[in-house]
Amino acid sequence: MFYATGLTKNFGDFTAVDSIDFEVERGESFGFLGPNGAGKSSTMKMVGCVSPASGGELRVFGQDPATHGPQIRARLGVVPQKDTLDEELTVEENLWIYGRYFGLSRSEVRSRTTELLDFAQLTDRAKSKVEPLSGGMKRRLTIARSLISRPEILLLDEPTTGLDPQARHVLWDRLFRLKRSGVTLVLTTHYMDEAEQLCDRLVVMDHGKIVAEGSPRSLITAYSTREVLELRFDTDDHAHHGDAIAGIGERIEVLPDRLLVYTEDGDAAAAAVHQRGVQPLSSLVRRSTLEDVFLHLTGRTLVD
Amino acid sequence: MPQPPPLPGPAPWRPVFGSWLTAYKRTWRGSIFGRFLSPVLFLLSIGLGLGSLVNKSAGGVDGVPYLQFVVPGIVAAQSMWVAMGESAYPVMGAIRWNKKYHAMLATPVGIDDILLGHLGYVAMQITGATAIFIGVAALFGSFGSWWVLLCLPITVLTGMAFAVPVFAFSATQEGPDSFNILFRFIMTPLFLFSGIFFPVSQLPAVIRPIAWVTPLWHGVDADRSLALGSPDVAGVLGHTAYLVAAIVVGALLARRSFTKRLVV
Repeated sequence: MFYATGLTKNFGDFTAVDSIDFEVERGESFGFLGPNGAGKSSTMKMVGCVSPASGGELRVFGQDPATHGPQIRARLGVVPQKDTLDEELTVEENLWIYGRYFGLSRSEVRSRTTELLDFAQLTDRAKSKVEPLSGGMKRRLTIARSLISRPEILLLDEPTTGLDPQARHVLWDRLFRLKRSGVTLVLTTHYMDEAEQLCDRLVVMDHGKIVAEGSPRSLITAYSTREVLELRFDTDDHAHHGDAIAGIGERIEVLPDRLLVYTEDGDAAAAAVHQRGVQPLSSLVRRSTLEDVFLHLTGRTLVD
Repeated sequence: MPQPPPLPGPAPWRPVFGSWLTAYKRTWRGSIFGRFLSPVLFLLSIGLGLGSLVNKSAGGVDGVPYLQFVVPGIVAAQSMWVAMGESAYPVMGAIRWNKKYHAMLATPVGIDDILLGHLGYVAMQITGATAIFIGVAALFGSFGSWWVLLCLPITVLTGMAFAVPVFAFSATQEGPDSFNILFRFIMTPLFLFSGIFFPVSQLPAVIRPIAWVTPLWHGVDADRSLALGSPDVAGVLGHTAYLVAAIVVGALLARRSFTKRLVV
C-alpha cells in the first residue's frame, strides 16, 4: 500500500523524523508507537500528503505525494490528532460537506451519511450541533467523516488520546470492525494497550528514529521476558533497593516510583525477594507489555 | 512527467464554497437584517441629516446635492467593511481555531481550491450587501442615473481588492490582536479620507497621494462617476484596472502565505 525509505522531516534545524524505513501491506493494521515528540505525527502527515517530506522516498499507492497529492488523498481517510470538526454545524452537515470535498454527489453523500452515523452510533444525534457532544462522540464522528470517501487506508493519529476508558473501548470496537472489513489501518499511539489491541505489526519510534519493528508479541519476546515483578517500596529513592535484590530475574529496571524485575517466572522471583528478607510495600506479578519493550529500548516510559 | 488525471466530480473549489454557504445558513437572517439596516442608518444620518446642512450652506458639493454626492462613496466603503469582516477573523479562525482549512486539506482539496472557494463566498457576501445597499439607497433617491447598476460590479471589485490582501495578512496571524490595528488605524482613516464625505481635493496636497494608492478611493471615484450619470469612461476603466491589479497581487500574496502556513 505504501512504503518509505530514508524518510526525513526537518523543521529548521530540528529533525523530527530521521531517515526511517517502513512498508505497509494491504489489509494490515500498522502502528507507530512512541512517546510525544517521537515523530509519529510528522510521519503521518507526510503519509497523508499534507506535509512535504524533507528527504527520502515515500510512495503511497505507488504514487509520489509531491506530484500526486490530491489523487492519493482521494483514497485516504484521515483522523487527525485534534478533531477538526465544524462545531457550529450539525453532525450530519459535517459529513455532508466533507463528502463533497471528495467530489461525491449530494445524494451519494446523504446515503453514506445515514450508513456512517449508524456505524458511529450517532444516528440519534444527526441533527444536533457538534459543539455539545462528548469527546468520545466527536471522535467517532471524526472517524465516520474520514470514512465517507470509502478510503483504502485509514490514518489515525492518536485516535483515543484524552478519552475515558469506556469511550476508548467503544472506539476500539469500531476500529476492529473496520479492520475486519478489509480497511488498512495505520495509527499512532503512545498507549501500549491500544497498540496491542489494534496492531498486527508496529514500529517503535523514539527521537525520530525507528528503534524496533515487529508484531506486538514478537517485540515482547525479543525485548522482554515473559513476566514482570513490580515492587514498590516506602522510599524516596528506589535505586537503593535495586542492590538488595540484584541477581534476581534476568534484568532489573529502576523507575522513580517502582522497581521492575524481568523474569520468566514472576512468582519465583517474588519468593526469592522474600527469602532475602526484603520487604516491599507491594508486589505485583504481571505479563510483559509493549511498555516494557519501550522501556528496555529507550530507558524511558511511554507516557510521563 | 505526465500530469495526473483530473479527479472525478466538480472542481474542488465548489464544495469549499458550499461549506461556507452551509455555515452561513445558520446566521443568514441576522446578517440580512444588518445588510438592510446599515444603508438606512447612513442615509438618514449622513445623507439626509448632514446633507441638508451642506446643501443649505454650500449648495451641495460642486453643485451636486450632498445625498447624491455621498451615497456612491458609502456604497464603496461598505464593501470594504464587509470584505474586512469576512476576511479577518474567519480566515485566522479557520487556521488557528476550528482548523477548517486543515480538514479540507486532508481531502483532494488544495490550497488554490481553499482560496477560490472561500474568496468566492466573500464575493457573494459583498455582492449581496452591495445590491441591498444600492437598492435601499435608490428608494431614497440617492442616484441620478441607471448607470448606477454598473456600480455593483465595480463595488464588488473594490471589496475584493481589500478581501484578497487581507486573506494574505490574516493567514499569518496567531490571534486577533492586530486586527484591531487594521480596523482602527487603516480602515477607519481610509473611510474618512478617501473622498467619500468630501472631495480628495480638499485634503492637504501631501496627503492626497495616499488616497490615490488605496483601493477605496478608486472604488469611490468610479462609483460616484457612474451614479451621477455622466461617467468618465477612461477614468472608470482606469480605476477598474487598478482594482483588478490589487486583487491579482493580493492573490499571489495570499497563495504564498496560505501555503507557508498550512503546508508545513
